[in-house]
Amino acid sequence: MICLIILIVFYLVGIFGPVVAGMFGISPYTFDSNAISDLGGKPYGAFGGISLAHPLGVEWGTGRDIFAQLLFGLRISLIISTTATLLTVTIGVLIGIIAGYAGGITDSLLGRLMDLILAFPFLLIVLALSGVLTQRLTDLGVPEGNVSRVLYLILVMSVFGWPYLARIVRGQVLSLREREFVEAAVSMGASRRRILFTEILPNLWAPILVYATLTLPSYIGLEAALSFLNVGVLPPDTTFGAMLANSVTYFNVVPTYLFIPGTVLVILVVSFNLFGDSLRDALDPKGGH
Amino acid sequence: MTTETGEILRVSDLRTYFPVRSHALIPRVIGQVKAVDGVSFQVGSAETLGLVGESGSGKTTVARSVLMLVRPTSGQIVIDGQEITHLSPKALMPMRRKAQMIFQDPYNALNPRHTVGGIIGAPYRIQGIEPPGGVRAAVQALMERVGLNPEHYNRYPNEFSGGQRQRIGIARAIALRPKLIVCDEPVSALDVSIQAQIINLLRDLQQEFGLSYLFVAHDLAVVRQISHRVAVMYLGHLMEMAPRETIYAAPLHPYTHSLLSAVPIPDPKLQKERSRIMLEGDLPSPINPPSGCVFRTRCFQAQERCSVEVPPLIEVAPGHQVACHFPVATLPAGIETALATLENQPGVPVRRPQPAGDQVSSAQLDRLPADGRPDSTPVRPKVRVGRSR
Ligand SMILES: Nc1ncnc2c1ncn2[C@@H]1O[C@H](COP(=O)(O)OP(=O)(O)OP(=O)(O)O)[C@@H](O)[C@H]1O
Ligand code: SF4
Ligand SMILES: [Mg+2]
Repeated sequence: MICLIILIVFYLVGIFGPVVAGMFGISPYTFDSNAISDLGGKPYGAFGGISLAHPLGVEWGTGRDIFAQLLFGLRISLIISTTATLLTVTIGVLIGIIAGYAGGITDSLLGRLMDLILAFPFLLIVLALSGVLTQRLTDLGVPEGNVSRVLYLILVMSVFGWPYLARIVRGQVLSLREREFVEAAVSMGASRRRILFTEILPNLWAPILVYATLTLPSYIGLEAALSFLNVGVLPPDTTFGAMLANSVTYFNVVPTYLFIPGTVLVILVVSFNLFGDSLRDALDPKGGH
Repeated sequence: MTTETGEILRVSDLRTYFPVRSHALIPRVIGQVKAVDGVSFQVGSAETLGLVGESGSGKTTVARSVLMLVRPTSGQIVIDGQEITHLSPKALMPMRRKAQMIFQDPYNALNPRHTVGGIIGAPYRIQGIEPPGGVRAAVQALMERVGLNPEHYNRYPNEFSGGQRQRIGIARAIALRPKLIVCDEPVSALDVSIQAQIINLLRDLQQEFGLSYLFVAHDLAVVRQISHRVAVMYLGHLMEMAPRETIYAAPLHPYTHSLLSAVPIPDPKLQKERSRIMLEGDLPSPINPPSGCVFRTRCFQAQERCSVEVPPLIEVAPGHQVACHFPVATLPAGIETALATLENQPGVPVRRPQPAGDQVSSAQLDRLPADGRPDSTPVRPKVRVGRSR
């Protein structure tokens, strides 16, 4: 359960990131020309300019504080991955239940739709449509810039992510609806609604929860990858991926610049995965019969 | 609305077919499983009709059809004077209070995510009934009545043993004070010692509430302990139906004879010596049943007439109906001893439903500790007809 504590800390830091930064007297947006050399913008000092004023060093060229960037980046990463996970789970559960319970032609059509989405070359589509769709969102009234870029990320992750969960849920519903307790509810006159939400859904929470805790870290990683590929947020805002993308250029000179966000990312993702695994272990034996 | 005959259930020419679909891209109906194919019977008030037959004979399908859990293909089902097969789900609601079901598998019949209180209280909530004193009080009274500790109201099914779970299922079934309970092999998943307790409980409840049971079982031994009348089913058809004494003492149908000779005798020596009627081969497919008499492919009496002419179900004596061209009057050797030992079998008290004198009160039913230990659930014995030589 250490991973749970780590996750809680991460979320707290994510939520209160600006406060923490304020406490250290740092900001991700402030340029510090004193921390870098005038020529080429190389940070003064060892390990990328680690000093009392900048505990994890400063960014090459601008002198912006790395620790503050991490705090703010974590915030955006968590917003994106958490929202996208919630959306994915909602869509996946809803469609999975409908497909599994309705059966027949509805099930077949939804099944084909899932096949179609899973067969799409995800990365290609996301990269290709990024410009057009972000513009579209702006046209629809979403504030320009990073807000619509973040929204775009959330939407594509959810749209391409739900079929996996929907398939799991559909399979579960198929087997659950054959169980005799569902038949018992029908024999008492239960409505379709009651059967779905009172009889079947409570038996789905365990797999849904486990799936969600495993999806979230994959979305954090995905967001980093997409930011790396320039689909993510634009400076001066930043995320793990953006920081990593930035750092590659300077790797030979200042390796810490790559390692610091990289390590934090790994800790975050591994904690989530461990948490998901232990959750599965805790829920599984009770779930069956 | 009770008819003057005191009849609770009347099933007339019930047929329930399941479509068989091809596995092509666009599935097509390529045949029908004739799970129930022209079955008629009735169940009187406070009466138990036992329904027996080997696996796949269509007993569960009859039970599910009676409660409209599967829509019958044709035929009538009259519950307490009302024909129900044409009713919409909404119009079925009042009927659902009159007829309930107890299921075979106590592990599957209770939602693992609901508490016992939620499970037994579900009938009230679904039907929108507020029992006097509230749902909780009513549920705890029911728990007490079926031999469960009312303090276990908030426990989950996995904390109970198989026998206790079946009691939960029984409490749920009697919650709405139904007139008819369809029991689909309610004890076949339980330990032999627990079987007797459950059967006693069912019999006591019948006395107390005047319940009628349609009691499904796959062998004649269990049915003998509770039924007033017994119906024997094979491949979707009724083969024989008679009062309990007659079925065991003077059966006429060859299939009933073979079922009787398969009733296990607890004494291994007697079991070895008795003669057995062994059925050849397997149950034919209900998709393509044999012509004429459906039993003819495995019948030791079969003659040419059996393959051309369907034997009608004829009343040969008051209350005794048989569907066979060549009924067998003599009992298979050894069956008397078999039945006699059954009567004396410890742990399975064979009690007549009447008179009411020798009832065991539910308080005497031992309360099992709710320690979450499941009963050792034996593999469900299949009917021994066939196969073994
Ligand atoms: N939903 C269904 N769809 C298709 N076929 C079915 C369905 N339910 C039952 N059948 C078929 O109908 C026949 C009768 O089944 P049923 O379950 O009624 O038999 P049973 O007498 O209850 O057997 P058992 O002792 O194994 O419970 C079987 O051949 C079975 O495969
Ligand atoms: S009708 Fe013929 S085949 Fe059918 S049970 Fe009677 S004797 Fe056997
Ligand atoms: Mg059955």
